[in-house]
Order: sequence, then structure tokens, then C-alpha cells
Amino acid sequence: MSTTVRWIGAGVLIALAASVPLLHGEIPYVFNGALSSPGVLNLLALMLVFGALAVTYDLLFGYTGLLSFGHALYFAVGVYGTAIALDTFELGLVGAVLVVIGLGVVVPTVLGLICLRVGDIAFAMVTLAFAQAGAIFVARDPFKITGGELGQALAFRQLPAAFVGVVNTRNVYWLALALLVFVYAVARIAVNSPTGRVWQAIRENEQRVEVLGLRPASYKLVVFVLSSFLASLCGVVYVLVVGGAHAGIMVSTFTLMLLVMVVLGGAGRLWGAMLGGMLYIYLDNRLGELSTQPSLQDMPALIRVPISEPTFLLGLLFVVIVLFFPGGIAGSLTKRQLPLAGPLRRLRPPAKSTMNPDGSRR
Amino acid sequence: MTTFLLLTITGLGLAGLYFLIASGLSLIYGLMDVLNFAHAAFLTIGAYTSWVVASQMSGGIPVTVVFLVAMVAGILVGTLSAVLMETVLVRRLYGEHVGQILLTVGLLLAITALTRAIFGSDPLTMVVVPPWMNEVTVVFGAAVSNSRFVVIAAALLVYIGLMAFLKHTKYGLVIRAGVENRSMVSALGINVGHAFTLVFAIGGALASLAGILTGAFFGTITADRGTSLLIFAFIVVIVGGLGSIRGSALAALVVGLLQQYANYYGIIGMGDLIVVALLAVVLLLRPQGLLGRAVA
Amino acid sequence: MTTAASNRALLEVDGLDVFLGESHILHQVSFQVPHGGITALLGRNGAGKTTTLRGILGLVDRRGRVLLDGEDVTATPTHDIVRRGVGYVPENRDVFSQLTVQENLRLAERVGGQLRYDLVYELFPRLKERSGQRTGTMSGGEQQMLALARALLNSGNKLLLIDEPSQGLAPNLVREVAVALERMAELVTTLVVEQNLSVIRRIADQVVVLDQGRVVHAGPAGELFDDPALTQELLGVSHGGRVRSSTPQQSNGVER
Repeated sequence: MSTTVRWIGAGVLIALAASVPLLHGEIPYVFNGALSSPGVLNLLALMLVFGALAVTYDLLFGYTGLLSFGHALYFAVGVYGTAIALDTFELGLVGAVLVVIGLGVVVPTVLGLICLRVGDIAFAMVTLAFAQAGAIFVARDPFKITGGELGQALAFRQLPAAFVGVVNTRNVYWLALALLVFVYAVARIAVNSPTGRVWQAIRENEQRVEVLGLRPASYKLVVFVLSSFLASLCGVVYVLVVGGAHAGIMVSTFTLMLLVMVVLGGAGRLWGAMLGGMLYIYLDNRLGELSTQPSLQDMPALIRVPISEPTFLLGLLFVVIVLFFPGGIAGSLTKRQLPLAGPLRRLRPPAKSTMNPDGSRR
Repeated sequence: MTTFLLLTITGLGLAGLYFLIASGLSLIYGLMDVLNFAHAAFLTIGAYTSWVVASQMSGGIPVTVVFLVAMVAGILVGTLSAVLMETVLVRRLYGEHVGQILLTVGLLLAITALTRAIFGSDPLTMVVVPPWMNEVTVVFGAAVSNSRFVVIAAALLVYIGLMAFLKHTKYGLVIRAGVENRSMVSALGINVGHAFTLVFAIGGALASLAGILTGAFFGTITADRGTSLLIFAFIVVIVGGLGSIRGSALAALVVGLLQQYANYYGIIGMGDLIVVALLAVVLLLRPQGLLGRAVA
Repeated sequence: MTTAASNRALLEVDGLDVFLGESHILHQVSFQVPHGGITALLGRNGAGKTTTLRGILGLVDRRGRVLLDGEDVTATPTHDIVRRGVGYVPENRDVFSQLTVQENLRLAERVGGQLRYDLVYELFPRLKERSGQRTGTMSGGEQQMLALARALLNSGNKLLLIDEPSQGLAPNLVREVAVALERMAELVTTLVVEQNLSVIRRIADQVVVLDQGRVVHAGPAGELFDDPALTQELLGVSHGGRVRSSTPQQSNGVER
């Protein structure tokens, strides 16, 4: 596909997406109500936010091969940063966003310098540890600002009127769309740049990158900070969509969910990850709704019960994908043998072999 | 003083639970380089199986017998699940470490969600626990629930048993050698695949035992308990060193006790934070943990 | 190249190609190891000798064929190849440092045949003394003894693959190793990689020489060692001593 066609295609898609709140039609079964209704718009906005979040995780895991179990932490920086800035410090939305931007750069830089000192599985565990520390901080709430396990509603007084109230769901929807477009554009520019190519080279063979005279450590830090920063921006929009911060995003399974989204959609392809994020949220929501519908109560328990917990089906789907379709949806659609193979190969154990590639002894 | 004693015994009890989960995890990672997230699922399977078995048993039978039967049932089903998981699924991705991690993550999510779907998200009371376990024994003025002692005793027995197994049996030898150098074990004519299945079985048995015991310890069982304990088990494994049972035991003691003391004597939540910080510190300074081999 | 009929060779390597990542390490390596005696695998550093041994056992991915006693074992998993009667002594010994000497030997035991503990302790008396010691605390020489003992233990072994047994050892230990090698080879056919020519020139029956992943010479040992010019050309040394690492000029000279 030539670049011009791509641009036009993207423009068309964005225009279509932007016009959704103006459409009063319904898509039966797919959505529960008119497209312009607040309920549907809210779900769509959520899908857009997670599509963007999945893209940020794809930069880290799909492109560079860094398996982080703590990505949720930076999303939380955005969520809780906004909530606390608005509520405790009464900064207004612009102020809150500035705070998040600041934190979204500083925190991952500091943590990244620490976590990236170790490789592979140790890295995964250290990132998990930090995310868990954040979760503990939020849940125990020592300074009484996070709302603990119950979470905290958004301080609506502090927000511009345009984002408050059910009537204005469409504005939040457009904001989410703007977020996705922004995140996707930044990610696309980044992966196509020389830096982006080094990331992919690191995923394939880090030693080679060193041999070429580059320092993988600085490239890894850049992608770590960039993806975390973008994730925190997603957090800002998320808290507006949902109307508050809650501790559920800190749970260790949250980052695992992100992993599922990216692998489901296709790691190493931005549009794949985006699709995975959107699909996951959609299924999670819709399947949950479906299970409470009266028509379904008559179905045998064997069908009804699994659907009531969408995570079960999604987890199962994930297992099937990892075993048989490692390229995810994107991989299966385009048939190019791309990347889960890449990140999958990366974590080979350190050679018990004592050979250097040239045959001499290590 | 009594508070200190209470804290200590609770800490030891928690340490026992951590050890039961971590020891299997440590062997699996040490031998196979697989970070088995699904370990938490074995805990859940063990806990809920024993609950189901216990509720099916009719009222005339003495509670202690019911408890024992339920416990054995839980352990059997947990072990079987682990063996099936390894032979049918994990083995397919041999050599692909990210793939194996992803697989275990997916299984954990699926099994936890299924449990929630079948049994609901509310905690279930472990009706099967014999009343004497919930009674209190007074030790030096501190009133301690007997369930704590049961957990500590179980963990001790398992530790002794595991060490004996590793030291005195052929397969124990194979596992110890394999943790150090898997390919050399193959080069001696030994099929390491059998050892893989064996450590998964051991891990499954111990984790499901832990599942039942957490029911006794906390009074209830939930679908999420496994996942929330898993992070601490990981900490114990890393701090204690991969593939080292002695290391896991030591680390479990440190983590369990430290958590209790710091949570009480410091700010609330500080114990958990310290323990998590301990993980980060150990990983960064001494990736091979207290006693074990290099992590990555 | 001797044209001994293949059904008389204990080990036949046919067209072995090994890739490590994108590097092509071994190129169509083919040679035979006849029944009995010592076949020496020689060559400079980086020639691919260790890779060849690992390739025979399937410890690295390879293409080509490996036949053990006439049977094609190319698709056989490593542990099954070993069970058919192969003893392997790797380059860095790979003894299990957390285990004792006794445990290391116990691990090497296989069914089908006798366990030659008497012979092992006779050849390596120090192992008996240190039976309960953790091997991680032993010297390099003692570890080497243990590694050799492991291979010798099973009477069912028909082939020994030994990788640089004298490397890193003090001269007196090198002599001990040489003596042990000779004794072992009396009992079991041996394919040994060795860079120390003083050790190998006296005891080798056949030689196979590798250079940059290719076989450049194969034949009776005497043919090579009695010809100083050839020895110099192929191995970079004239007499005794160790094979020198290749330098650009030398490798050019050897290119055939």
C-alpha cells in the first residue's frame, strides 16, 4: 500500500470515527442502543483509550522485546495523578495535565534507569515489583489522597463544563479519539525512525546491536520513557471517561491484560495492538452484558457460566493464540511471519553453550 | 510482648504459606527457566476442590476426617492439573521462554475467571475446617489460633520431605543437577523431560496444599487469593535463589516476619512495601539471590 | 582419506552443517571414526572442533547425517544417543559443582552393562579420596579427572567424545591425563579434540584436521606427524607444543 493511499485511508477512518456521535442508527447485537447514545459512546471511548494504551505497550514489548509487568504503573500515574491534582490540589484540568506530563517523564526515567540495569526475566520481575509497590501505596493510602481500595470519584467541579455530565459524553468520546490518533501517530513516527529500527534490532539480537557500536541501554531507556509517558496520557483520558480513579487498575493482572491485548491483536504491529486493545475491552464489556440478559438465563450452565466471566474466554483465547497463532489477529490476517516470534525468541536462556558464534570458546 | 509473639507466629504462618508456594515455583524456574504464573491457579484449584469435596460429604462423618479427605482430594486434583498443564501445553513451547510465560499468564487468567464464574466472587467460608483449628492456644500470654500451628507444621514437614527427596533419590539428584546445567544432564543420557513433569507435579501438589491451608489460615477462600500471594512467592523465589529449597525457606522466613513486624511497628503498608523493595534490591545487586544461581 | 568401508566405522559424520544464529560454523564436515584406538580431531582455535562434537550429540542444531555403529542417529534426541553407548567429556568439564564427586558419578550411571568403579578409582585415586566433596571446591585437574571418570564408568560405552582434556592444566597433570587417555582408549574407541600435540602425537591412530569449519585433512596419525612441513602448515607448529591460533596470514596459507 503506497503512503498516499495509507494517509487517505487513515483520514477516512478518523473522519468516520469522529462522526459516530452524530449517528443515531443502531447496530443490533453489536451495541446496546443507538450509536450516539451515551452508553454506547462511553464504551467506544473506553475502547479507544485501551486501543491507545495497547499501542504504548506494543512499543515496549512488541517492538523492543522488553517484557514489562509494570506498565500499569504509568497508566496509574496518569489516572491518579489527574484525580489527585484535581481533588487534593484543585489545579484544574490544564494544571492536572501538566502535572501528569511532568510525572510521566520523570518517573519512568528514574525507574527505567533502575529496572533496565537487569535483563529479561529479572527486568520483568523488577517492573512487577515497582508496580506492586505502587498498588500497595494506592491501596493503603498513607497520605489519604488516593481513596484506597474504594477509589476516588473525579472532582467534577474542577473540570471544564464541556467534559462534565452525561450529555457531554460525546466530548469525552472525541477526546479519546484525539488521544488515540495522537498516540498512534507518535508511535508510528517513532517506529519508522532510525531509533525505532534500533529497537527492533534490539528485540532480535541485542549483542549484534552492541557490535555495531550502538548502546542498547540508551535506546531501551528512550522507548521505556516514551511508552510510559504516552501511557500516562491515556490515564488522563481514562479517568475522564470513567469518572474517577479506582484501585482495579493497579492490580497485577492489569498489566497482564495489556499483554493479552497486544498479543491477541498482534505484537509488533501498531494497528494489531490497537485492534487487540479495542477488541478486548469490547468483548469484556459485551460478554458481561450478554450474560445478564434474560434470554441467556435459559441457556445451559455450560454456556452461561463461562460467558459471565469474559476474562475466562479471553484467557482461553489467549492460550490458543500463544500456542497456535503467535502472530495474533494481525499476524493471521496479513500472513507475514512477524513478531511474536521475535519477542518469543528473545528470552532464550543464556547460553549453556560455551561457543561464540565464530566457534571459538567463550 | 504478647503482640510481638502474635506477630511472630502469624509471620511464621505466612512464611509457611509462602514457602509452600515458592518452593515449587523455585524448582520449576530453576530447572526449566519457566516463570510459572499459573502456579497461583494450582492454589485456587486445591482450595476450591477441597471445598467442593467437603460440602459433598454428608453430616455424619467427623470433621477432621472430612478435612483430611478434602485436603487429599485437593492435592490430587491440583497435582493432576499441573501434570496435564505441563505435558499438554507448556511442553509445546519448549525453548521459547516468553511464550511459556505468556501461556502460564493466560492459563492463570482463565482458571481464576472460571473459578469466579462458577463459585462467585464472594469469599467462601471453609466450612470444612475442624473446630479445633479455629480454637486458640495460649502461648506465653498470647492467644494464637491453632491454624497457624498447623500451617507451620505442614511447611516444616514439607521442607524436611523435599530436602530428603532432593538429597537421597535419583530424581532428586537429576533435578539438582538440572538446575545447574540442563544440557549436561541430557548429555549423560538422562531424559530431562521427565524431570520437568516431576517438578510441575511437585509444584502443583505443594501449591494446592497451600491453597487448602490458606482457607484454614484466613478462614475463607477466594478466587483471587492465589494471585495476590503469588507476588510474595515470586519475591521469596528471587530473594532465596532459583532452584534452592533452603534459600526459599530462609527467604520465606525473612519475608513473612519482616512483613508482619513492619506493618505493625511502622506505618501501615510499610511491611508490604519493604518486602517489594527487597525484591528490587536483590535483583539489582545480587541477581542470583541469597543462595541460588544466576537469574538471567 | 581412508576408504575403509563405512560399515566398519563406529562413527560416521556425513555432510554436517551447523549454523549458530547467522554464522555458518561447520561446512559439510564429513569423516569417520574407525572401531578401536584414538582418532584425534585437530585444528586451530575457532576451527569448529567443539562444535563438531556437540553436533554429533545433537546439542546444536545441525543438518547432515550422523551414524553410530551403522545406525542413523541424526533425528535421535541427545539423551537417547548417549544411551546407545556414548561417553561425553565436554570442554569445560561441566561437572555439577553443587553435587559431590560421588553424586556426579552416580548421575552418570546407566543401566545395561557394568559400572566400572574399580577401574575408575584405580585410574583416578584422588576421586575416591574426595568422594564426599563438593566438586565446585575441587581444582581444575581434579574436575577433569571426574569428567573423564564419568565417561569411563559405563562399560556399555562404545565411543568416547573428549574435548580438550588437557586444557588449562599444569604439565604434571597433563601427563596424568595423557596416561589416563591411553588406558581408556585401550577399552573404548575415542574421538578426542586436543590442541596439545605433545599429548596427542604419541597416542593418536587417526587424525582429522579442521580449518574454519571444513575438513582439510584426514588419515593415519603418522602421515601427519612424521611430516613436519605438513604439521606446520596445517597446525602452525612444527613439533610438540600447542597449536597456535590462526593469524590472517596463516589462514590464507592453509586455504585449499
